[in-house]
Amino acid sequence: MPRRADSCPLPYRQAVDLYFMEHRAKLLDVAAFLDRLGRTVERPAQDDFRVAALREAIALLGDGKGEYARRILDLFSDPGTEPIATAGEKGASGAYPGPTA
Amino acid sequence: MKYIDPHIHMVSRTTDDYARMAQADCIALTEPAFWAGFDRSSPQGFFDYFRQLTETEPRRAAAYGIRHYCWLCINPKEAEDVGFAREVIALIPEFLQRDNVLGIGEIGLNKNSRNELVILEEQIALAAEHGQMILVHTPHLEDKRKGTKLIMDAIQANGAIEPGRVLIDHVEEHTVEMVLDRGFWAGMTLYPDSKCTPQRAVDIIETYGSERLWINSAGDWGPSDPLAVPKAQVEMLRRGHSRADVSRISLDNPLQFLRQSPRFDVDV
Ligand SMILES: [Zn+2]
Repeated sequence: MPRRADSCPLPYRQAVDLYFMEHRAKLLDVAAFLDRLGRTVERPAQDDFRVAALREAIALLGDGKGEYARRILDLFSDPGTEPIATAGEKGASGAYPGPTA
Repeated sequence: MKYIDPHIHMVSRTTDDYARMAQADCIALTEPAFWAGFDRSSPQGFFDYFRQLTETEPRRAAAYGIRHYCWLCINPKEAEDVGFAREVIALIPEFLQRDNVLGIGEIGLNKNSRNELVILEEQIALAAEHGQMILVHTPHLEDKRKGTKLIMDAIQANGAIEPGRVLIDHVEEHTVEMVLDRGFWAGMTLYPDSKCTPQRAVDIIETYGSERLWINSAGDWGPSDPLAVPKAQVEMLRRGHSRADVSRISLDNPLQFLRQSPRFDVDV
């Protein structure tokens, strides 16, 4: 399926004016969250798998290759193709914990 | 602007929500059967739930001039116990005769387990046997991409289901393309925390076009917004999309898909 270019009718400058403040605030929330983790007690030596995935996703945003939303979702996804033996918990964690977790 | 919310769980919403949706120009909605936030203790719990979906909710909606339709099934979160699930499935055929029932849904997968898949396949077969349309729930978060593929494979393996009569819901940037490429309809769910925001939904429309695509609130008992569809309409308008394009995604497309059921006779 062909992806469409120039399909957002907003001029670039107007899009920046419209959305910049909102996304500046969201970025600062991410930054403050990582700072907060640095102040927590009982910190493990290694990042939780969810935080590790978040750091990997943030790095991806700087690579200039685009399609950031799709690629971050792919990064957070279970890479497998087969059903699992049994459903344990009903919930999902937001990142793939790996086959042994 | 007139709209249809094609996926919302009104059993979990207040009458005030019906009033607000009517004020925002919602003319019709469809309500798939889902997990209530707890596991039912017996199949009879589903019998009562199906009565609520086919008797009570249409009356509540009609008080605000909104047409109410529904989809019936056992949801994937309660499908791990195959014996229990089969008892629920046995209740469904008698309800398929009711006036506001559009098909089987929301069936699908939650944790992508073998038992969930068995019950999914049996409900696909039920839809095929009764000539019903299908509304699909795809898994959350890290389980979505794999689950979406497994679900589409199961539907295509059945062989008797036409993809144009199936809507695969809760697509995001990493699943929308594969769903549309296989000829299915795709739904975007507008949630505050998980799934899509109105902004991202409009981004997806701009990237992939609006053919075979709809938007819904999937409003339920969790963090969700019964007015999410009108908010996405506003998001399109503020970017400069035409009212015809807004209407296409929020009204014309749901009409086109849902009118494949002779029961869906909403007058615009
Ligand atoms: Zn739902």
